[in-house]
Amino acid sequence: MIRPLRNLTRRPYPLLLLGAFCVLAISGCIGDGPYPQSTLDPKGDYAEMVDRLFRITVYLATGVFILVEGALLWAIFRFRGKPDDPEVAQVHGSTTVEIIWTVIPALVLALVAVPTVKTILETGKVPATSPDGQAPLKVEVIGHQWWWEFRYPEYGITTAGEMHVPMGRTVDLRMKTVDVVHSFWVPQFAGKRDVFPNRETRLWFTANATGAFPGACAEFCGLQHGRMDFYTVVASPEDFTAWVATRQADSTLNPSGLPMTPVTDSATLAMIPAQVAEGEKLFLTKGCIGCHSLSAMTPMKGMTGPNLSGIGARRMIASGWLENTDENLHRWIKTPQLVKQGVLMVVPEMTDAEVDALVAYLRTKQ
Amino acid sequence: MTTTTLDQAHPAKRSTLVEWLTTVDHKKIGILYGASAFIFFLLGGIEALIIRTQLMGPNGTLVSPEFYNQLFTMHGTTMIFLGVMPLSAMFFNFFIPLLIGARDVAFPRLNAMSLWVFLLGGLFMNASFLLNAAPNGGWFGYAPLSSRQYSPGLNMDFWVIGLQILGIASLAAGVNFFTTILNMRARGMTLMRMPMFVWSTLITQVLVLLSFPIITVALIMLMVDRTFGASFFSVGGGGDPLLWQHLFWLFGHPEVYILILPAFGIVSEILPVFSRKPLFGYSAMVFSMAFIAFLGFGVWSHHMFATGMGPLADTFFSLATMLIAVPTGVKIFNWIGTTWGGSLQLRTPMLFALGFIAMFIIGGLSGVMHSVAPADLQQTDTYFVVAHFHYVLFGGSIFALTAGAYYWWPKMFGTMLSESIGKVHFWLMLAGFNLTFFPMHFAGLLGMPRRIYAYPAGLGFEVYNMMATAGAFLLAISILVFMYNMWVSARRGEPAPADPWGGATLEWSIPSPPQEWNFTDEPIVTDRDDLWAQKRAAGVRTLPEPALSDGKGIHLPGPSWWPLIVAIGILIFFIGFMVPHTYAFPFGPITIAGFLLTTVGIFKWAYEPPDANATHH
Repeated sequence: MIRPLRNLTRRPYPLLLLGAFCVLAISGCIGDGPYPQSTLDPKGDYAEMVDRLFRITVYLATGVFILVEGALLWAIFRFRGKPDDPEVAQVHGSTTVEIIWTVIPALVLALVAVPTVKTILETGKVPATSPDGQAPLKVEVIGHQWWWEFRYPEYGITTAGEMHVPMGRTVDLRMKTVDVVHSFWVPQFAGKRDVFPNRETRLWFTANATGAFPGACAEFCGLQHGRMDFYTVVASPEDFTAWVATRQADSTLNPSGLPMTPVTDSATLAMIPAQVAEGEKLFLTKGCIGCHSLSAMTPMKGMTGPNLSGIGARRMIASGWLENTDENLHRWIKTPQLVKQGVLMVVPEMTDAEVDALVAYLRTKQ
Repeated sequence: MTTTTLDQAHPAKRSTLVEWLTTVDHKKIGILYGASAFIFFLLGGIEALIIRTQLMGPNGTLVSPEFYNQLFTMHGTTMIFLGVMPLSAMFFNFFIPLLIGARDVAFPRLNAMSLWVFLLGGLFMNASFLLNAAPNGGWFGYAPLSSRQYSPGLNMDFWVIGLQILGIASLAAGVNFFTTILNMRARGMTLMRMPMFVWSTLITQVLVLLSFPIITVALIMLMVDRTFGASFFSVGGGGDPLLWQHLFWLFGHPEVYILILPAFGIVSEILPVFSRKPLFGYSAMVFSMAFIAFLGFGVWSHHMFATGMGPLADTFFSLATMLIAVPTGVKIFNWIGTTWGGSLQLRTPMLFALGFIAMFIIGGLSGVMHSVAPADLQQTDTYFVVAHFHYVLFGGSIFALTAGAYYWWPKMFGTMLSESIGKVHFWLMLAGFNLTFFPMHFAGLLGMPRRIYAYPAGLGFEVYNMMATAGAFLLAISILVFMYNMWVSARRGEPAPADPWGGATLEWSIPSPPQEWNFTDEPIVTDRDDLWAQKRAAGVRTLPEPALSDGKGIHLPGPSWWPLIVAIGILIFFIGFMVPHTYAFPFGPITIAGFLLTTVGIFKWAYEPPDANATHH
């Protein structure tokens, strides 16, 4: 047993070191992308400042890594001795050398410290005006176990799971939580910021690319911390305005999503598919309405579930974890505990047909 | 005569079990610390393997979210409090008296109590798995998630009370070793002649003594919140969850140095011996370690950059954290300086010590990257941080502790560990470690948060997680190789001479394993590397094998049951606080019973003569 091991370990060092180095090198470049949640591909001003700073640290760290590990490896190969070698010079130290290797790292750190402090100051204050000349767009971010709520005081609208922002206008995030500490993370645009029940925290960014970008909760917040994702949807200013208008149009509906004045026109009534009408009735009678508002405007108090305005058009359901297909929505409504154990949504027993009717109804909420 | 003279020819009449349960011998206590900690380390490792298997691919379903949260909470808690700290304690216990030329620690029975409190606390916390109620709120227990409102089960009670119990063990040991090192050094061993491991232990105990009271107070506050409905951390009652974070990290950051400073000390012992050259810049090594420990109390909020403390606090904690890199750099350069110009003997302890330096450099560099507050906003709570602290805790502490195990095993057990198996162990561990943790840097930068029980497909995390999982199993194999090596050594290990490595310190001047009284004649120290000075004076490479003595006339404290009984009392006392308070009287019957047992135990202990149960000659 031991003999072959001895053969194996006689002179393996250069080979194994090479192997170890390959692991390090390869692991950096064999990823199979794309990386939609990456911190390395900033899409906003804040994240770009952070990224520049990060790259300085990477370059310096790589340089130090090569020099110091190189010196170590050199010492190992150069000064390797044999058991019966004569005694080497018993050097106890060198004040000069030690002063040098105290001062040089301090200087290297100064190279990091100066841009760090600069960036802390630059990112620490929300700009008074956004690059497009407007005032920053205030968005209130509210953490819940385990989903994110977004409110736009400027437009009076509330949404959940998707934060819509216009490209080119600074977004001023005012954040808190209704329960435990979460951390709101938009890797493409800024960094992360914790949310607390008793103090407002701030973060800001100006997006410079359109698209839908995944983000996540980054502070452990209980059972379903792993499924508390969201999307940041960046739209052109025009598209964003259109989105706001659509959400505001919900205000012509009452909180249950019904028109403020009931439809009495029989022609209109006849146009509503029976299944959708059935779904609407179920939404009101099965308890959904107790927690979920279908209107983005001024939802009633006590709406503890995510706002469902525009749920039919959202990319994902269950906090960014299920694609918003009819099949998944059915599964989510029928058996939420199987999709996301511990979710606080309580649903009554429903037949498949009833769930299908609800899905059809929710799908109309574009 | 009541002098205790233990004689090789007159073994104690007590059974082996009783002997170990009542021992106050620092060496036996050290071995018990090591054995228990190694078992806890294996448990923590199994938890890690389940975690890695769950995360092998996207949407893992091996374990439930609840069990996953229990696993990562217990993995962290176990590795820190039940793995690395007591493995360090094993070396404190066994070797501090030997290194300073003493016959035992200052308070031998207190030492036994530390051991039993630690062991019972660790068993208590792990017993939670049997009730399917293991702690599930993270090793950091952030409020308000850890409050009764959001964690109603027994899970976090196990955590709060378990940590509280473990804290008592650490504090008692802290007092003990601080006193031992300051008061019990051999004649001639001035502070600046102490071996570096003694220095690192002394500084570690200062950190323990100053930081554990903070977590003790914080845990009492949390326990009172949970059990008696107070509201130190709950907003509804006017408390503040952020207060918990400050208290926790005010302890938590010094704790990081409690985990790494002993490793620094071990490596600083090994490098000179296997380079055959004194430690480079001894004074700088001492002062840099003290400076690191001092700064360690001023950087806690770098764990909290994401809480939004504002530019002033961010700047202060960024710069203070960067400053730590300077003394840490001095240490690394001085270690390399120690090898420079030496005659390096690449035996297994040396390989692990060199591996430690190589890995710790990586962890240190990513640590400096974290000190950059704005960049840390992206990195914190991602797998980048997981990679970083495993490079310092595993690549640092565990590599150094393993180096120490190979180095000191012959002294502890009197047999050598196999060099060839040891080398296989080293290379497997180095490869497995890097394969596990290096890819995590990338997973984190690409956006993978920590503490998630599953990740969706399509974010590009798959490859890195697959690599990490493969690496974790390679690491597990390397630990099996280590266990095989220990088994081979125990079964048919080559007998160890007193001084197998050409050591510089006092423990190598006495037989392997040492006799119960360590030093038959109390040593007189004249030099920093005293044994080397003795050898040089005698003109030899190895001193003659020391003769065994009969230890006649040597006083040693007798064994005692009371430390174990007091430890059991403390455990019972705290268990009484586990459930929400419902009694008219502030304390329930369990608490009172535990209090009485503890009090009686302490009194009996105090009035027990030091050599009550000693074998008389």
